[in-house]
Amino acid sequence: MSPIMKATTDNGLLLPVVDEDGAPFWEYAARGELRVQTCADCDEPRFPPRPCCPHCQSFDSAWVQATGRGRIWSYVFPHPPLLPAYAEQAPYNAIIVELADFPRIRLVGNLVASPDAALNSVDPARLRVGAPVKVVFTELAEGVTVPRWMLERP
Amino acid sequence: MTMPTRTPMHTRAPMPRTRVARTYPIKTTDSADTTADRPRKDPTTEVAMAATLKDATAIVGIGQTPFAKQLPESERTLACRAIVAALDDAGIPPSQVDAFASYTMEETDEVEVAKAVGAGDVTFFSKVGYGGGGSCATVAHLAAAIATGQASVGVAWRSRKRGSGPRPWSNTTVQLPTPGQWTRPYGLLRPADEIGMLARRYMHEYGATRDHLFNVALACRNRANQNPAAMMYERPLTRDMYMTSRWISDPLCLFDNCLETDGALACVLVSAERARDCRTKPVYVHSAAQGLPAQHHGMVNYWNDDPLTGPAWTAARHLWKSADFGPQDVHVAQIYDAFTPLIPLSLEGYGFCGRGEGAAFTEGGALESGGRLPINTGGGGLSEAYVHGFNLITEGVKQLRGTSTAQVPDAATCLVTAGEGVPTSALLLRS
Repeated sequence: MSPIMKATTDNGLLLPVVDEDGAPFWEYAARGELRVQTCADCDEPRFPPRPCCPHCQSFDSAWVQATGRGRIWSYVFPHPPLLPAYAEQAPYNAIIVELADFPRIRLVGNLVASPDAALNSVDPARLRVGAPVKVVFTELAEGVTVPRWMLERP
Repeated sequence: MTMPTRTPMHTRAPMPRTRVARTYPIKTTDSADTTADRPRKDPTTEVAMAATLKDATAIVGIGQTPFAKQLPESERTLACRAIVAALDDAGIPPSQVDAFASYTMEETDEVEVAKAVGAGDVTFFSKVGYGGGGSCATVAHLAAAIATGQASVGVAWRSRKRGSGPRPWSNTTVQLPTPGQWTRPYGLLRPADEIGMLARRYMHEYGATRDHLFNVALACRNRANQNPAAMMYERPLTRDMYMTSRWISDPLCLFDNCLETDGALACVLVSAERARDCRTKPVYVHSAAQGLPAQHHGMVNYWNDDPLTGPAWTAARHLWKSADFGPQDVHVAQIYDAFTPLIPLSLEGYGFCGRGEGAAFTEGGALESGGRLPINTGGGGLSEAYVHGFNLITEGVKQLRGTSTAQVPDAATCLVTAGEGVPTSALLLRS
């Protein structure tokens, strides 16, 4: 079974269940690139990825590289009851980042102290709506890399 | 903040009735068109096309099981008990039932229900998606079927064992009907986490506070304290309890979350003509709507231009367009409350206040009995039972029958809403 088909990491964190439309995002992430699906005809970016442009109905798309900078749009601190691997780190943060160069494209992620740090590695008091962040990447399992976020001014 | 003026309770007159013409006028636009090439339309078809749902059907029976954290009976048995009770309430034998409507995440399908309760030949059945967003749509679908002659006696129901059964987010292999690959790996696992994101943003944009969310939780709990059937009947809530309770997903605490309930409810719908012969006071379906907004993303609605205007806004536009009255004429509302922030969002969406004013609306006891808009008078999902919002429909019926345990005097109009934050639905009921 390839890692991408596994449901969780060895310690129980959920891996993305990738669909056909989303696959390029994860392939670029594995190369350390944050890319956004963009209509090849009208240049309108869209997220989550989907087969057809909702603005011009074109089926042609390109994956445009983002600078990886953005701002926290919102965040939560989940507490148990949670799946065991998440409960162990609770309370941790989950954040939504609005990309600086793609306004309205917002990605869910985690704010971490370093790329491979735990989901609770940043002091909750540091989280603010509007805080500038930059993307980092961590390999959750062999062949599965996810974007994470660090404060621009740690 | 600007508020629609509201008729003082003591001056309320019964809503004007427009049920005079149950046979709807045939559109005459084609009548002079005898030379047209196209075939003449069958007049009966034209009647159906011109039909409106407005007051054409009525809820004439409601039924429910007890609500508890754990009930011994199966979900199917509970469903049958609620349906049989609702038919008995209406005085209609099960053999006359020819339509069923339910929503997804319901374990008991119409085949099981129909054969167990002894339904007759069924000619209409429908299942609405998106969990709690489908509650009011079950009634809307039955109303459409009955108004257009596809069936005559409809049953909608909801049975759940969420209290003692599995939860969709406790299993790593079960994917909620959300784009899970973009959220779940980051530990955004439960509906409370997903709505918590919108709640935090709402608080940030509009200065809403936890006290506003407490106002919602308290109003529901106070009504539950009047309702012996409610799970929280004998359990009052204080501000101190709320503010010191454990977090579920900060900014949402325990009391911002609905209950985990085993239980079932059902209602029976017939045409307005037939309703007059039933043993209960008819509660008319005045207007009904579903809402799936453009570029909506389900519970994780983070990816459109304005995530804080959800499906309620879409459903509301259609609901009011088809109605003879507006938000200022609603005497009591049953607003879907899986989480407290859904109330301010829905108050805005359904037009009780302006954008960003939903939190402020809850101040000064506005949601309590005698307030500007009493809500969730049975206790709602937060304090009566969480059965995907079906208890909000039956409580709306009780209000318009005058039999609620927290009766709003002379209530003649009621808004009932389904889950906000997912593709939703809503009903305007009138007596």
